[in-house]
Amino acid sequence: MKNLTQNDSYVKNILLGKNGKNSLLEETTSILTFRKNSKPIIFIGSATCGIVAGSLETKLTLIEYLKERQIDAEVVEIGCSCPCSFEPIVEVKLPGKNRISFKNITSDKVEAVLDGLFNNDLQFNNVIGQYFDELHHPWENVINISDLPFFSAQKRILLKNSGLYTPENILQYVATGGYKSFAKCITQYKPQDICNIVEESQLEGRGGGGYQTGRKWNAALQIAAGQKYLICNANESDTGSFIVRRLIENHPHLLIEGIAIASFAIGASKAYVFIRNDYNKAIEVLSKALQQAKEYELIGSNILNSGTNFSIVLVQSAGAFVCGEETALINSIAGKRGMPSAKPPFPVESGLFDFPTVVNSAETLCNIPSIILNGPDWFKSFGKLNSFGTKLISIAGKTKTTGFAEIEMGVSITEVLENIAGFESQEEIKALQIGGPNGSCIPPSLFSIPIDYQLMKDKEIRMGSGGIVLFDDTTCMVDLAKHYMKFIKNESCGKCIPCREGTRKMFEILENITISQKNEGGHETLDRFKGVMQIESLANVISDTSLCGLGKYSPNPFLSTLKWFRSEYEEHIFDRKCKAGVCQHLKSYYIHVEKCTGCNACAVRCPANAILGNKLQPHFILQELCTSCGICFEICKFSSISIQ
Amino acid sequence: MFLNIEVNNQIIKADKGETILSALNRNGMNVPTLCFLKELNPTGACRMCVVEVEGYENLITACSQPIEGFMKIQTHSKRVLNARKTNLELLLANHPDECLYCIRNGSCELQNLAQSFNINERKFKNKKFTLKVDKSSAAIVKETDKCILCGRCIRICDEVQDVSALCFIKKGSSTTVGTTLNKPLSHSNCILCGQCIMVCPTAGLHEKSHTPQVLEAMGNPKKHTVIFHSSSVSVSIAEEFGFKAGKDVSISLNSTLKKLGFNKVFEVGVASDIYLIELAEDIINRTQNKGPLPLFSSCCPAWIQFAEQYFPGILTSISQIKSPQQIMGALIKSKYADDLNLNNKDIFTISVMPCIAKKQEAIKGNTSISSFSDVDCVLTTRELASLIKIKGFKLDDTETQLSDAPFVNQSSASKLLGTSGGLTESLIRILHHKVTGKDINEIKQSKLRISKGIKEISVMLGETTYNFAVVNGIGNARKLINDIMSGKKTYHFVEVMACKEGCVNGGGQPLLSEKDALKSRIKAIYDSDEKESIKFPYKNPSISEFYQAFTKSGNKNILITNYKERTVLK
Repeated sequence: MKNLTQNDSYVKNILLGKNGKNSLLEETTSILTFRKNSKPIIFIGSATCGIVAGSLETKLTLIEYLKERQIDAEVVEIGCSCPCSFEPIVEVKLPGKNRISFKNITSDKVEAVLDGLFNNDLQFNNVIGQYFDELHHPWENVINISDLPFFSAQKRILLKNSGLYTPENILQYVATGGYKSFAKCITQYKPQDICNIVEESQLEGRGGGGYQTGRKWNAALQIAAGQKYLICNANESDTGSFIVRRLIENHPHLLIEGIAIASFAIGASKAYVFIRNDYNKAIEVLSKALQQAKEYELIGSNILNSGTNFSIVLVQSAGAFVCGEETALINSIAGKRGMPSAKPPFPVESGLFDFPTVVNSAETLCNIPSIILNGPDWFKSFGKLNSFGTKLISIAGKTKTTGFAEIEMGVSITEVLENIAGFESQEEIKALQIGGPNGSCIPPSLFSIPIDYQLMKDKEIRMGSGGIVLFDDTTCMVDLAKHYMKFIKNESCGKCIPCREGTRKMFEILENITISQKNEGGHETLDRFKGVMQIESLANVISDTSLCGLGKYSPNPFLSTLKWFRSEYEEHIFDRKCKAGVCQHLKSYYIHVEKCTGCNACAVRCPANAILGNKLQPHFILQELCTSCGICFEICKFSSISIQ
Repeated sequence: MFLNIEVNNQIIKADKGETILSALNRNGMNVPTLCFLKELNPTGACRMCVVEVEGYENLITACSQPIEGFMKIQTHSKRVLNARKTNLELLLANHPDECLYCIRNGSCELQNLAQSFNINERKFKNKKFTLKVDKSSAAIVKETDKCILCGRCIRICDEVQDVSALCFIKKGSSTTVGTTLNKPLSHSNCILCGQCIMVCPTAGLHEKSHTPQVLEAMGNPKKHTVIFHSSSVSVSIAEEFGFKAGKDVSISLNSTLKKLGFNKVFEVGVASDIYLIELAEDIINRTQNKGPLPLFSSCCPAWIQFAEQYFPGILTSISQIKSPQQIMGALIKSKYADDLNLNNKDIFTISVMPCIAKKQEAIKGNTSISSFSDVDCVLTTRELASLIKIKGFKLDDTETQLSDAPFVNQSSASKLLGTSGGLTESLIRILHHKVTGKDINEIKQSKLRISKGIKEISVMLGETTYNFAVVNGIGNARKLINDIMSGKKTYHFVEVMACKEGCVNGGGQPLLSEKDALKSRIKAIYDSDEKESIKFPYKNPSISEFYQAFTKSGNKNILITNYKERTVLK
């Protein structure tokens, strides 16, 4: 395949499209896109989710299997088609047959599934579906994969090829229409044209701000400067969100193309990708893709003979949450401490090394190629309400299907939960958190809200980057707010007082609510009430005076849980009880006299020496000494200890 | 271009592009600040200066927001006051309650602010974090738990001094100010200029006090205590006693110190005169013997430390003449001791300087002629003021007394060393005399009396044109040295002072000084140059005796020091 493509400079021919119909090119394209194969091809999902689920072992077993049976087949690593709970996914394309997809193929299932496949005896409980293609024979009784609710509820534009090809393979990307948009830009358009197209499309920044990308670009383009920079913000640190990681792992070339177009549009000859250093696979895939783009001269000097020069630098972030804020990110790239600076001046005027800088999120940039190719009107045809296009969302927590999806703007959260997360009724869900640690926790009564920047803002819900975390009734909302406050207090950069000291105080007050009253003097109880009375006004001052977004939204987890789950706070404060049974210190343990055999096991293990009793006589717990650690409950073999 | 803006229902004029804070201040309105530093980029860290601006969702920091058009501002609305007070209370909740035992008690910006906000109730539970006090440095003590993380020290060290010894370390609520790799200050690249102390609003950074040692020595009947003070102290110490800035109290200070019980009170001017004469000789020698040129001044110890750390290659170009403080100490412990027949271990020399780096200079081994240090203790202007108060006195500006014998006289040129450019100006007077044999007609070098980071002057002396450069602020020195090393600039002599405007703005000077205090101090120094009769060091009768002694022994060793490279974490 390599000779075929390199010798004929396949990439350049396709991109510059000089020679109309060319049968050799078409032939190559159908081989590259797996529409034509002479021997079986076996695909293995090898993104992080696949690797975690065991796809590496699966691959080894698979190769072993093929060797043993002397089957001549090609094994191809692919990205991930996004329902993460199906990993490891194995797909098979037999010559002349539709590509068929299997779920949860751990190494022990390889033999059974492949035996069934090669002997025309499918193991139906592992089948996800088949990809329909009019050229090939379909599998009988196998559903079309795009008819599954998980897929049919989505509008896949960015993810249209997700999990179908090897992510870093530039030839496959080009064969499926990639880099066409970039080639169009540098050969046909002026920077101003591109900025105008993007501004017309009304694409909103997908990182969370929702600021119009085109306006930002136009502002940067208007400023005359010797040097400009484009920065792709891939420092995804929202807890429970994995959109950027999956996007890069699956579509590195799409991102590179988006960056290239954006840089060309604003007049930047250098772009930085600021990516979390613990995204190992994403970094590996993106580096390989960059290397290939360089080899095929899509990055470098005089790209496609257009005279355009452009380079991309990969910067690995140390993982600070605050570095997702653009000025902190710029400081971090410049080698300074990752701390936000006061705006104005805005980065568009004076950013990295004091030059005009545009910071866009990875998702925003991935939207660009299709907008350029299809035009702003096409883009605006997606979106049911105020926002246009699609939004990537990730679903984690107490969900049925952990996954990653692309939905049309304006789809309601209910639809997402039903079709993508796999919930039949919402009763099992207690709350949902959207927008990362400083986003909002919302109750089911609000799930009918559409995913739309303006509407969510009106309801004081922050969409953030689109990470959704679900909770059921085993989650204590006070404990949850405490958890997020702890995260924020640790991740604050420490620069401004309200964020540094205020979030710490809020955390201390919340912690105080969840600790036991036992053995505490009068002033501690007083402090708790005093804290509770202050916390709301404190939260308002923090969001009113903080320097950056992290501080401004830092009281959100508290404010939103208080707004929607006030009863749980009251229960903790007044009744000293935690219904969900999460707040350890609010539990009281009692021994049932009838059930206790007096085995003495609990008394021996009790770290507070709070359990008394003679051997073979029922024991009892001294509540004043008990620290509610729960060890006795865990070790009692006779279930004689109960929690109240 | 002028714009009208509305502040508290009142129309005021503002320049387009200036910050809200600057417009307010110019119109006599005040908002509190903790992190703001004039002439440096605003960081907006403390959130004390927040104001309510119509049309903005959040409160806006006045220090960083430029005025671009009409604005409707409320500086003290209920919302604003509540926000400021809450933020201040948050700071206090995490601040040690040790005001009574704090070196900055009474001169603390946080304390003042708390007072002005009428905070008399503890709103948030105080959770103390006991952090280590860094006493490793010879001159600076860093009390991390008193730090309020305003970042002023970091900015002045980075943006003005270009040393960057301090930075924020750790993150979130455990953020502190520390050095590279959180090493002790003594192992850091700190040059001890003390500018961080001058901007610290609390006692997070302060000088290492030598007052206890001084009190101890004064109470020891066997010790012969000798104190000498510099000209930049005598123009600033009056501020500590409530006088307006710019009052020169050198002669009344002599009398006050005498009353305090020191055996002898001198002014350092004699040593400065000797220093100037030796330096002039060094320049002429180097000019005649072809180098190495330029010659760098050696009177600023922070500059010496800087050069030892960053430019070891130019150490041979720095004059080996000791600084006036060390010359003074050496003279007292040799000539003066001999004259009075005192054992030099019984003499306790106390130097009063506007500088904290002098504390380090005094204990640097290589400046000592014998096994005894030239200078035993160094007091800053602030410490001397507190010592006077401890002893129950105040500065009496009616009484006057000359410096004790044998160091009675000093030239007015010696006093100029307190300002940037003064050293060079005095040098030119001596050089003129050395080269032409005549006194210079125009004693004033107005080119050197302007306020500028790098000043240059060329003077024709005899047949040679001498080029001088004057640098103040060590950040400027780095720029100039790089220019010199790359061959862009050539000079005969370069005067370097680590602090902006020179010693009048040293790290040991009064804190929280009034506006324009610096200008008044400089003016006082130049005024005394006008008034005094001896304007040329070589005409100082007090020094001729010493020069006779030097010529007799042919040995000027006690005036010589040396430098060595210092490896630190940069």
